[in-house]
Amino acid sequence: MSEKLLEIENLYVEYETDEEIVKAVNGLNLIINKGETLGLVGETGAGKSTTALSIMKLLPEKVGIIKDGSIILGDINITKASDADMRLLRGNSISMIFQDPMTSLNPILTIGEQISEVLELHNKEMKKEDISKRVDEILELVGLPKERKAEYPHQFSGGMKQRVVIAIALACEPKLLLADEPTTALDVTIQAQVLEMMADLKEKLNTSMILITHDLGVVAQTCDRVAIMYAGEIIELGTDKDVFESENHHPYTTGLFGSIPDLTKATKRLNPIDGLMPDPTDLPIGCAFHARCPKCMDICKKNKPKEIKKGSHMIKCHLY
Amino acid sequence: MLKFIFKRLMMIIPVILGISFIIFSIMALTPGDPARLMLGENATQEDVEKLREEMGLNDNFVVRYFNYMKDVIRGDFGISYRNRIPVFDEVFARFPNTLVLAFWGISLSVMIGVPIGIISAVKQYSIIDTVSLGVALILTSIPAFWLGLMLILLFSLKLDLLPSTGVETWKHFILPSVTLAAGTMATLIRMTRSTMLEVIRQDYIRTARAKGATENRIIFKHALRNALLPVITIIGINFGFQLGGAMVIETVFAMPGLGTLMITSVRLKDTPMVMASVLFVAIAVSLVNLLVDLLYSYIDPRIKSQYAKS
Repeated sequence: MSEKLLEIENLYVEYETDEEIVKAVNGLNLIINKGETLGLVGETGAGKSTTALSIMKLLPEKVGIIKDGSIILGDINITKASDADMRLLRGNSISMIFQDPMTSLNPILTIGEQISEVLELHNKEMKKEDISKRVDEILELVGLPKERKAEYPHQFSGGMKQRVVIAIALACEPKLLLADEPTTALDVTIQAQVLEMMADLKEKLNTSMILITHDLGVVAQTCDRVAIMYAGEIIELGTDKDVFESENHHPYTTGLFGSIPDLTKATKRLNPIDGLMPDPTDLPIGCAFHARCPKCMDICKKNKPKEIKKGSHMIKCHLY
Repeated sequence: MLKFIFKRLMMIIPVILGISFIIFSIMALTPGDPARLMLGENATQEDVEKLREEMGLNDNFVVRYFNYMKDVIRGDFGISYRNRIPVFDEVFARFPNTLVLAFWGISLSVMIGVPIGIISAVKQYSIIDTVSLGVALILTSIPAFWLGLMLILLFSLKLDLLPSTGVETWKHFILPSVTLAAGTMATLIRMTRSTMLEVIRQDYIRTARAKGATENRIIFKHALRNALLPVITIIGINFGFQLGGAMVIETVFAMPGLGTLMITSVRLKDTPMVMASVLFVAIAVSLVNLLVDLLYSYIDPRIKSQYAKS
């Protein structure tokens, strides 16, 4: 087994507003090893982005609260780290790529300034010329001509902007990269290019990555391990072989795969999973999926299932 | 860029022509006879008729407009109907007072209003925020003349610190400037706060946080410049208002400015004086607008590239 980089244990995150409490993440356990890519899959509102923001400690101020649990990166406990400590980590040890490249860059700063900023912040003693040289290197690494570093975001296309965002995230060669749906806003051909480039760079820099997506195809292509999230919990976790090829699955995972249309067969209708995700302000007792589960038993309505592990494969379901 | 500035300067000409025509028409087509006003109630009808002929008031008003504009282009703004002095000298003597007043009014409101707005937004819902919003609400609601009178009462009469009327020294400008600044300051506090709040929720601010930037750096390097655009618009508009509309304050503090001159001249149908004052203000406001547009392009590269294209 390779070395552990990040360990999340029993994480609970809530969004508290005047009207309601949204339970976004509910008892999440996750380990990321050095150099591996983990795909975090789930439908909208499953708590994927909240998990990533918790690792960065960038949850919306005053509203998003880590209720319980711990996030440990190397020897640093992120849940207990001060703001100043977190600033040293962000952009340096942990970086994040956000979903929408169109709005993620500051419109009034050149892309060169935006990339060099992260270098300046974390390499105080680095000389101006060295930083400028490094910016050129990084731009080349993500496939942008260095001559364009004096240009502003509005002069770039969406795919190029996402390359700039990736350049910012990788500038300090972080240990962990959180990619929150990095290709969702891009069209399919650019998606493939960007994913390929990210996989390449990850390899070169030996970075671990959490790739958040709802695209199972992307996961199959790029990830070593896959975690399926539902209502703030990881309900199935395993190597891509475990999740894509093994017989045993959480009924939700089965449903997810079942809802992908088969290219080789003629189907009249898609097979969706009936119902909606439970209201995060009012989660059901027992298994969060029981109301939609075709294999629901009595016990599912009363008790929360435990994590059942078989080798590298974990399923959180009473069936096993 | 130079081409853009030149183009914009050229565009001031039709604006000025339009304004001059409208004002001239209003002055000519509204009731009231300048000749009668000049000679007084007791003058005979013959005298009035003679003076009308002398002043060219019997011509068609379009003809009069063209004659007037011909003189203006030659630099001759005419003689005041009221006291027979050259209009240009009078306006030129008073314009600096109005300009200085408007300048300090705007400067004070920017220097105080913008920082308070920023603090309010950054510390949203804090005590500072609540207090500054309250103050802003009060300042917008108070009429300028009342505030001016209260300031005179306190600082001139009770404390005897500052003069209440006139324009002789810089001290004379303090109370009028503060009075003039109050309303704009309130607008700027609210405007800066709301645009700042909008900007600090943008994705690129989150990106800056994700880089590990400190809060100060995020506010001053990433948020402020983006939030300033609408604020500069407000500053420009208000500067225009203050150049043309400081008459209430000039009246309260008995300052010889353009505002008071315009009011008296309109009342006495002193067309040359009204025209000259309005033209001065119109040119000043046009120049301020140009300055605002240039500031835009300095702040936002997207606007700059548009200007470069046009």
